[in-house]
Amino acid sequence: MAIDKIINFLTSIRLTVVCLALAMILVFIGTLAQVDKGIFIVQKEFFQSLIVISDLRVFNYRIPIVFPGGYLIGLVLLLNLVASFIKQFSLQAKRIGLMLTHVGLLVLLIGQLFIDQFHTESNMRLIEGQSLNYSESYNRCELAFIKTSDPQFDTVVAIPESHLYKGNIIRNPHMPFQVKIHEYHPNSRLENLPQGSANAASTLGAGRSIRVLPMPLETKTDTRNAPSAIIEIIGDNVPAGTWLASFFLDQPQVFTVGNERWTFVLRPERYYKPYYITLIDFTHEKYPGTDIPKNFSSRVKITNPQSGEEREVLIYMNNPLRYGGETYYQGSFDPNDDRVSILQVVRNPAWTTPYIACVLVGVGMVIHFVTNLGVFVSEQRKK
Amino acid sequence: MKKFIPFILLGVFGLWALNSLRPPAPKNGFDFAAFGSLPALLNGRIQPLDSVARNCLLQIRSRATVRYPIEQSSEPQNVAKTEKFETMLPVEWLAEVLFNPAKADERRIFVVDHPELLSLLKLSEGKQFLSFNQLRPHFPEIDRQAERAMKIEPARRTTFEKQVVKLYTGLVVFQRLKNSMFPEDYGNFTNALSDLRNVLAPGVEAFRASQAKKEFNQNDLNRLVMAMQKWDVVARSAYPRLIPSDKNQHSSESWHSPGESVLHLVHDPTATLPKPVQLFAAMSAAYLQNNPEEFNKTVSEYESWLASSYSEELSKAKRESLFNNFAPFAKAREIYIFAFLLACFSLFNLTDWVRRSSLYLLALAFVLHTVGILFRMSIEGRPPVTNLYSSVVFVGWVVVLIGLYVEKKFPFGISILVASIGGFATQIVAHYLSLSGDTMEVLRAVLDTNFWLATHVVTIAMGYGAVYFAGLFAVIYIILGVFTKRLTPDLARLLNRIVYGIMCFAILFSFLGTVLGGIWADQSWGRFWGWDPKENGALIIVLWTAIYLHARWGKLVSERGLMNMAVFGNVVTSWSWFGVNMLGVGLHSYGFMDTAAFWLLVFICSQLAIIGIGSLPLKHWKSFAHQEIIDESVEAAKTTA
Repeated sequence: MAIDKIINFLTSIRLTVVCLALAMILVFIGTLAQVDKGIFIVQKEFFQSLIVISDLRVFNYRIPIVFPGGYLIGLVLLLNLVASFIKQFSLQAKRIGLMLTHVGLLVLLIGQLFIDQFHTESNMRLIEGQSLNYSESYNRCELAFIKTSDPQFDTVVAIPESHLYKGNIIRNPHMPFQVKIHEYHPNSRLENLPQGSANAASTLGAGRSIRVLPMPLETKTDTRNAPSAIIEIIGDNVPAGTWLASFFLDQPQVFTVGNERWTFVLRPERYYKPYYITLIDFTHEKYPGTDIPKNFSSRVKITNPQSGEEREVLIYMNNPLRYGGETYYQGSFDPNDDRVSILQVVRNPAWTTPYIACVLVGVGMVIHFVTNLGVFVSEQRKK
Repeated sequence: MKKFIPFILLGVFGLWALNSLRPPAPKNGFDFAAFGSLPALLNGRIQPLDSVARNCLLQIRSRATVRYPIEQSSEPQNVAKTEKFETMLPVEWLAEVLFNPAKADERRIFVVDHPELLSLLKLSEGKQFLSFNQLRPHFPEIDRQAERAMKIEPARRTTFEKQVVKLYTGLVVFQRLKNSMFPEDYGNFTNALSDLRNVLAPGVEAFRASQAKKEFNQNDLNRLVMAMQKWDVVARSAYPRLIPSDKNQHSSESWHSPGESVLHLVHDPTATLPKPVQLFAAMSAAYLQNNPEEFNKTVSEYESWLASSYSEELSKAKRESLFNNFAPFAKAREIYIFAFLLACFSLFNLTDWVRRSSLYLLALAFVLHTVGILFRMSIEGRPPVTNLYSSVVFVGWVVVLIGLYVEKKFPFGISILVASIGGFATQIVAHYLSLSGDTMEVLRAVLDTNFWLATHVVTIAMGYGAVYFAGLFAVIYIILGVFTKRLTPDLARLLNRIVYGIMCFAILFSFLGTVLGGIWADQSWGRFWGWDPKENGALIIVLWTAIYLHARWGKLVSERGLMNMAVFGNVVTSWSWFGVNMLGVGLHSYGFMDTAAFWLLVFICSQLAIIGIGSLPLKHWKSFAHQEIIDESVEAAKTTA
């Protein structure tokens, strides 16, 4: 019967072995692929996908790879685990250890497959004395339009990078104009030009004396891409022409819409928070006579206007600050400026799942192996 | 009579090992052992001058020993077959560099053997032993080549570039050493200090007069300035910082060179130099006058001075110096090899005294191994594993520990075989790793946590040890089964169960260790899992041991197949431990290794070859062919009956 066959297949240990073997091969190829593509891309293409359609660079050859992706293998393993669990559920003492182990694995897989989506990482670069109420994304950017004419408030419309592709026209009720993307380069380089050159990126703003050159995407861990876009602002009372928005141009460019004053800038995507972090003091200890880092620590002050909180706290290696649903780690520093501290900010609502999973698996394994070892040793004694 | 042999062997080797606990005898009367136990600050940690010498030698000639040909020619020439070599104690050499730099310049301690480097320096082929003076004319060229090569990422340098950078670095270290006590130009410490005494007072007077816009002696001022510039070189480039400050400034930052002490005198020319500087000056004078009694007396006096305000540093330095001379790991390595040979022999000679001899030797080596690890822990103040070197030493220890336990439960001698192989193989790898630098180097900030080092790292290392033990055990199974008749069905079944047991242990520790690593990463960087090569490597080990266990439980694979899988575990673990370091990506990269990559490949091929042999049909197995014939004749008897 077909149903029986399917059930047999889903609950078979053979399926487990095959899936584990595929997982092992996937992890191995993924590790090799990182050398060329960088962890971020490999994570997306190999581990967080259903099918891997990619390539692997071996010496100077590119070998195409088509393979089941991490999510697919994970899902099949999950089905296999749940199916066998249902079939073999037993509260017998000698099976409890194994049961517990596999429940733990279930929690781990579910956590990683589904809840992992909500994990975000960003960073906060502070110089001593500076306060910030936002952190910045490592690899995503946003094109932000800011109305600065009102003395009390700024209106910010932040367009995420995913909307910045050639030909797209962006409309938003808060913007009395439309933004058309003429060109978009996910990674780029800029060159200065004499004004009026034919190769100038745009007809208005800073882009008049700059040339944009597209670049291949960065693959090394600590480097980020620097996108650039050529945009046109369309509407009544808006100057006609194109502008250059670039990651390198961190000074906002100004334009007027009638009697409203607007600026725009292409910057790392911001995650705003309802509180401020101020860096009071950053210390960077090195081992005497060397450049080897011994200890970093940042003394920060949290100022929360909503809750009225105002307190100082020390963040250092292996000792993060957990606040507001986010965790602040001592991430890094600026080798050229001793007063700069870079905090890593992580939001991960599912951070407890790996801990729970691992306790379950660990306890389960210990129970199982201890009871088995007991049996084995007593059998040997009888001989 | 024969039953006493194990004890006799134990006694002989034990005494041999204990003998190294005695400090080396004085040379020409000079107690270099005591001199070598004096503390100094180098690369961020307090270490004895003995370690300073060894660590500098590693950078200068890739060996912690001093061996040089005694022909002192100005022309570099091939090392003739009849050329005699001499050796010095590391700290003896250091004393010469510190106190008599001109003589040290003539010792042919630099080794150049890369063919392209030799031709660049216009030297003939073959390994060349060169002195600093002999290399002097080539400095501009070496500088140029090294400067270019150092701009290239270390992992991408060719072997020539690596060698030229190494030579350059060695020369810089040597130069810095010569200027760690006093400016090299003066020839010796006594001259330097007497010149100082001559120029200091008049110079300072001239300086003050010039500041007050009065008439002053330009000559006096010039001489002072020149002297101070020389001493400034010492202050800036001293490689070990030899001089501890006064009691009230007691922290590691307070170690400096005599240069700083001299520069301070400009502010107060009537002050005396700090006691340590005076004592080193006296040591220097005694050394040059060939007066060992005075030298030893001064060293003793310095020790007493240190004992009053730097007792902790002095004690640590003494312990480390003792450890260096004792060299417990080197001793253990030799004894493991003997245990291995005896264990091989015991598999074919079934009298018990051979097995017990190998067991006792194994235990002795294990004790030395343990003592070495404990020594290191006490010196560093850290858990047993802090870097790649110590991980290798510890994994070897785990393999031997498991071996001793299994041998006790199943005294067949096979575990001794496995344990001794694990012991000496890891010691050889560790020794090779120790040549790349200070094995007790300080830990970078993120690793500066004893809790996680003690839990995550130790657990993972135990997991590695278990997988290797099971793998080696399986290798013995295959070799015994295919090439000898010793593998009876009962023994085979038992070995199988032992491997199964060890693999259970392996998955438990590998999994726990991986998880602890994830938790550490979560505490440090905010993400439990990042698909970093090292993390992936650990995951692969867990996956492989899980595959083994599921294959066994599901009866998907035969006994032979399971043994083959266990052997493959060796490949998987070696990849995870060493292979991933050679990729240079992610947060776990420790640096590029060349020769290491070659030997890793050799090891992996050897294991695959054994798996190949293990896959041979049963009739090719000497142990089972016999069994098959019996089975066939039983079957034949049944049908005819």
